[in-house]
Amino acid sequence: MKKIYQILIVLTVLALIPFYGNSQWKSFAKKVCKLELTPYIHDGNYNAAILTEGEDAELYKTFYAGQNYRIYICGSDALPEIEFQVLDVNRNVLYDNRKDDYSRVWDFNLQSSQQLIISLRVKNSEGESEELVSGCVAIMFGIKEEAD
Amino acid sequence: MNIKLLHRRALYFLAVIIAFGIITGCASDKKKDKDSDDLVTIDSLEIDEQLIQDVKTVKEIFYSLPSPLETAMILKQAGAKYNEELLNPTDNVSRYVTNKSMALNLGIYTTDLSYASLFDQTQATISYMNAAKKMAEGLGILNAIDEDIIERLEANINNRDVIMDIISETIMNSSSFFEENDRQALSTIVLVGGWIEGLYIATNLVGADADFNNNELINRIIDQKLTLNTVMSLLDENSDNEDVQAVMTDVNELKKIFEKIEITTSKIEPVTDEETKVTTLKSETTISMSPETYNELKEKVKVIRSNYIL
Repeated sequence: MKKIYQILIVLTVLALIPFYGNSQWKSFAKKVCKLELTPYIHDGNYNAAILTEGEDAELYKTFYAGQNYRIYICGSDALPEIEFQVLDVNRNVLYDNRKDDYSRVWDFNLQSSQQLIISLRVKNSEGESEELVSGCVAIMFGIKEEAD
Repeated sequence: MNIKLLHRRALYFLAVIIAFGIITGCASDKKKDKDSDDLVTIDSLEIDEQLIQDVKTVKEIFYSLPSPLETAMILKQAGAKYNEELLNPTDNVSRYVTNKSMALNLGIYTTDLSYASLFDQTQATISYMNAAKKMAEGLGILNAIDEDIIERLEANINNRDVIMDIISETIMNSSSFFEENDRQALSTIVLVGGWIEGLYIATNLVGADADFNNNELINRIIDQKLTLNTVMSLLDENSDNEDVQAVMTDVNELKKIFEKIEITTSKIEPVTDEETKVTTLKSETTISMSPETYNELKEKVKVIRSNYIL
């Protein structure tokens, strides 16, 4: 009977690991990713997903004239480089981080409000790895008030 | 003896349940095997190829609406003034008992909170944070706005940067809670509530004598035609939810009016300042909206908002 209890405890701990991982990521996004937005203020929206190498994601958002924005792509350290592009609604490329040393930060403002597409892709690992790596990726936005 | 046997059976049953939890819970674990060592058969190779093919085609799509904080910042940047009479009175909190009304008013109160804080309205900021807290608690969002946050808010009430950071944190706590608990429909309703409140405040702050061709606040109201596409996509994604369907009906009414507004934009040219590394997306936009359309929009927003605040 004692053995069964021991097994149950181990199984319970293992079963809780995915949830622990989730809350750990949220905590990481709150503490670490948010800091990268400074001096911009995080808008508060949480756009995050688990992506595997080779997978891509897109985000549609309207950005407003007169505001200063920072886009920050926050990803798990385990992931390979993340490519990200900013496109207009006709999918013309306005920014491509491959031309910017895979920077995960882009600061911009707009003369007129626009709906833009943030497109990102987790690169495949180099070399012959035995496993496909997955990890959490968050697209975060910072806004900055004009100085009074 | 029988009790002992029952006990043991219950434990085995629990063990099976937990083991099932582990197997399903790890389905989205950090690593996926490309090859299963020593067991490589033609079938498994085919499965692996299929897996890689799936990975190549899977695409996550996000539709992001302006958060209540961004809405308030857009209003202020466009020259809005503070008018507390436009906000949803905090005394109304007891009216909201359904998930739909609490979600809508979480968005509304968070927008009011952001708007009040940007104009350094300290007492209103605390009151609206408490109102938002009640809505969040009603929706079962654990720790989105806990006592610690209220205390931090009160202790830093004259430090706008800290206040904004606290508001941003509460919005993130709510949105991540909905995401993690598979309640995206409610999350969408919260955002739409905040968006409608922003439109309501903006349309009521435009003076009767405003110049339609040269008014930043009117320009930002017209810009909502662009955001409307995102609102519709987000609602569509959750259209199997009854509450979302009701909100969709309202937004469709707004869409009919926004369709009367014309926006044309030239090609966007990105220009980066070499010193600051900040890029300006240069483009020219022409807009066309008649005063009649504006009044129709203002009236419709007022009706929808009054239905939301009850």
